[in-house]
Amino acid sequence: MRSWLRDHGRALRDAITRLTASPMASLLSVLVIAIALSLPVGLYLGLSQLQSFSRQLSSAPQISIFLALDGDGSDAAAIEQKLRADPEVGSYRFIARAQALSDLKRSAGMSDVLDNLKQNPLPDAFVVTTRGNRPETLERLRDEAKAWPKVGHVQLDSEWARRLDAALRFGRTAVAVLGFLLAAALVAITFNTIRLQILTRRDEIEVSKLIGATNPFIRRPFLWFGALQGLAGGVLAWIIVALAVHLLNRDLIALAALYSVSFRLAGLSLPDAGSLLGWSALLGWLGAWLSVTRHLWQIGKQ
Amino acid sequence: MARRPTQRESAPPSASPLISLSHVFKRYLGGFEALRDVSLAIESGELVLIMGHSGAGKSTLLKLMAAIERPSAGTVLISGQNVAKLRPAALPFLRRRFGIVFQDHKLLYDRSVFQNVLLPLQIAGFERRDAARRARAALDKVELLAKEKAMPITLSGGEQQRVCIARAVVHRPAVLLVDEPTGNLDEAYARNIVELFGAFHQVGVTVVIATHDRSVAEQLPARIIQLGQGRIAA
Repeated sequence: MRSWLRDHGRALRDAITRLTASPMASLLSVLVIAIALSLPVGLYLGLSQLQSFSRQLSSAPQISIFLALDGDGSDAAAIEQKLRADPEVGSYRFIARAQALSDLKRSAGMSDVLDNLKQNPLPDAFVVTTRGNRPETLERLRDEAKAWPKVGHVQLDSEWARRLDAALRFGRTAVAVLGFLLAAALVAITFNTIRLQILTRRDEIEVSKLIGATNPFIRRPFLWFGALQGLAGGVLAWIIVALAVHLLNRDLIALAALYSVSFRLAGLSLPDAGSLLGWSALLGWLGAWLSVTRHLWQIGKQ
Repeated sequence: MARRPTQRESAPPSASPLISLSHVFKRYLGGFEALRDVSLAIESGELVLIMGHSGAGKSTLLKLMAAIERPSAGTVLISGQNVAKLRPAALPFLRRRFGIVFQDHKLLYDRSVFQNVLLPLQIAGFERRDAARRARAALDKVELLAKEKAMPITLSGGEQQRVCIARAVVHRPAVLLVDEPTGNLDEAYARNIVELFGAFHQVGVTVVIATHDRSVAEQLPARIIQLGQGRIAA
């Protein structure tokens, strides 16, 4: 056990020596790995935050039931009765047309336009939420309400949010596919750098085998090399994503302000960053393992 | 069940010879027959010279003894173990019982003399300080301690060979296999080197030297195995 640890120490030192011996080549490999990693990680970051933003907007999907303009108080009372009778209705709120108009007037820039109107164009309305917010309930209620007398228009407010959500799901799948491809690229990059390493260290491998080195002994420095190179790529990808978030945020905050929402990208959370580093090291290790196993087998055959 | 020999194990536990070959043939790809029906036994502690012209099969014989190559026919037993039946994973542990002085030295030119000699100890898993001490002792024995930091490429042919000898003995192998030690050395230097092998034999190491050089036979009190065209002649 102690000699096992000792040999890992040797292999690790060896790998670090090799990485720093040709800094330019190492840097380029690490940079390629970092770019391959930062693309899916950056997109994932943006999408997941957009998703939580959209969830927050549609946290309580509402149904707005607009009465026909010729409807009156008794029609509203009839609808209210129906809402109260429905066991799945959570809460409802009546907004009289006069109140709706004054609410709208309070919005900036609208009062001039509205003052010129001869009569109030807005209908009476109910804003309804359901228990459990299940899409089937919401859709059933929407369809029923459409058939009620003196109902002008029924709108499911969460619909645009659900469309956004579906679009984001599509985006996430695309990111997952991209991430998988670029992970394979990372493995391929490591496979190739290790292949070059093995070619230049062929003499060492052959002599070591002749004087009694086991395959794990020969493999270890290469595995550490692959894992360290992957890890360095992960760290650099983290930095790239952090810089990109910093740069994008300036413009993004301004853009969001135009839509009077506050939205900004946060950097990678610590658990996410941890899993980025873990995966990059693991994939580097995997590429090295594939490469060294294949090439040791080739050397052994001769 | 193959037994895993450890690196400092010397005498075999059984009465079987250290190395024994029976009816061994070695045919290379292309049909060249390097060894034909060779049978021999080497006891622990022996000093053996394998003599013969170049192409007589001396190097092949050494490679079979060190389990670097496998016979085309016949059996090679090392301490009673059939090399052909050994698991691949057990082979490295068998090889650690040998120290090999290669004809072409096989030094690693990307590291110092000291690092070259250290390699077998790293492979065997020695502790770092212990390994460094042993490596220096081995370099001292071949009188190259002063050049431990030198790169092998800067050394003369004779010095490179002595580095190779230091690397071969540093882990105290039970058997020292030497391929053409005096190949391109001047006479005085060659005598010096051969004396060194005599000294290792004196302290109990089994030494097998393959050479075409008759003066080696005059210098050492060795059993001589004459090889000619792949057969044992005498």
